[in-house]
Amino acid sequence: MASTEEIRSGLADIVNEVAGIPADTVQLDKSFTDDLDVDSLSMVEVVVAAEEQFGVTIPDDDVKNLKTVGDAVAYIENAQPA
Amino acid sequence: MSSARVVVTGLGATSPVGGTVTDTWSALLAGTSGARVLEEEWATDLPARIAARVAVEPTEVLERVKARRLDRSGQFALVAALEAWADSGLADADVDHERLGVAIASGIGGVTTLLSNYDMLRAKGPRLVSPLAIPMLMPNSPAANVGLAIGARAGVHTPVSACASGNEAIAHGLDMIRLGRADVVVVGGTEAAIHPLPMAAFANMGALSRRNDDPTAASRPWDVDRDGFLLGEGAAVLVIESAEHAEARGARVYAELAGAGITADSHDIAQPDPAGLGATRAMRTALVEGGLEPRDVVHINAHATSTPQGDVAECLAITNALSGETDHVVITSTKSMTGHLLGAAGALESMATVLALHHRVVPPTINLDTRDSAVKLDLATEQRTLPVGDVAALNNSFGFGGHNVAIAFRSA
Repeated sequence: MASTEEIRSGLADIVNEVAGIPADTVQLDKSFTDDLDVDSLSMVEVVVAAEEQFGVTIPDDDVKNLKTVGDAVAYIENAQPA
Repeated sequence: MSSARVVVTGLGATSPVGGTVTDTWSALLAGTSGARVLEEEWATDLPARIAARVAVEPTEVLERVKARRLDRSGQFALVAALEAWADSGLADADVDHERLGVAIASGIGGVTTLLSNYDMLRAKGPRLVSPLAIPMLMPNSPAANVGLAIGARAGVHTPVSACASGNEAIAHGLDMIRLGRADVVVVGGTEAAIHPLPMAAFANMGALSRRNDDPTAASRPWDVDRDGFLLGEGAAVLVIESAEHAEARGARVYAELAGAGITADSHDIAQPDPAGLGATRAMRTALVEGGLEPRDVVHINAHATSTPQGDVAECLAITNALSGETDHVVITSTKSMTGHLLGAAGALESMATVLALHHRVVPPTINLDTRDSAVKLDLATEQRTLPVGDVAALNNSFGFGGHNVAIAFRSA
């Protein structure tokens, strides 16, 4: 299982790849839309890439609750296979 | 329709022979071919394994994240449009965005995005289909992205008429200005269809040259040994504006966009009318709309794709359109060097026509070793100069479906 920091770091690389946002600014307290300027289509790309990388499933209904990087990291942490 | 004069004030291109207008024009004058053998594994089994890829990859020019959100055709269009926009001087000017339009065509649209997402769907399922696939693959995507980049709000359009699309976009922009809907329109065409599916399909129609062992000799308009066209890719964009608007801001004018003629053959879905009647009417209409006489025309950048039928039919149409007054007309096919850019062809060749009038020099047709005896016109096999004074030139584009679009330019 990946640690919190490993998940944050992996997610930061994905956000950088998809949206061009510097990875070191992708911190737990940041809002995807308000702070990082990740639009809705890019968010779908981020979620799908995260599913692939961390071996989890994030249903569309849950994606709308992932407001901050911390929300996403916590969701992935809980959803990871034991 | 007003008879407002419309002028060309900006040019941009990314083509098989150059990543900019300057590099493209130099290469065309030098007779440089952009053809090469496709080394990709997918090309191995294709009957035609040659093409003319862009000289400079758009990902070397565009910002990475911007590029990944665009189909390859959109990348080409944006590169060419930004060059044209800067070249016009409007990038740094106070522009009325509600009077600024876009008409950028594509013959085939985002075919590589469509097919790569289908590959992903088959391999990994629907979840992995990109949420950006639709805004990338829709045929209006290049025009829309150019419109976003420059803030065009007068209307953003994507005419589609196969290989006549680029010229139809120029004609559409001309109409927008003459109808009073815009003062400035960014017009052109883009195409990115070098992919095994369209290449297999074109080859199976018998449309592509199979000169796989000698790619730079494959595109040979009017030569007796021509055996089909060479597929090219890229984009070209022109900034056109009302002469009044251009004069008010002291813009540099390359040429006047004098008129356009659009006709349809209603003859066959893929074959040109062998008598070239539709093409003849397109050229005549462009001249009439531009207030020009056959004797004004000193140069034609022909559609001439290097197919057995089309090249000859076009020459017949030229002779008829000019009522036989062809002795003073220097004709060339820049496709001999760039290959056929389909929906971008008219735009790239209109750019070459504008530059020919501006610099008074015509690029050569390469590979014309033994001309087809059916062709009696003055074909430029080397660089040729054009006379000084008030002269005109035509650019022809014809497309599957029987579309004919001729554009008439007058020297500035």
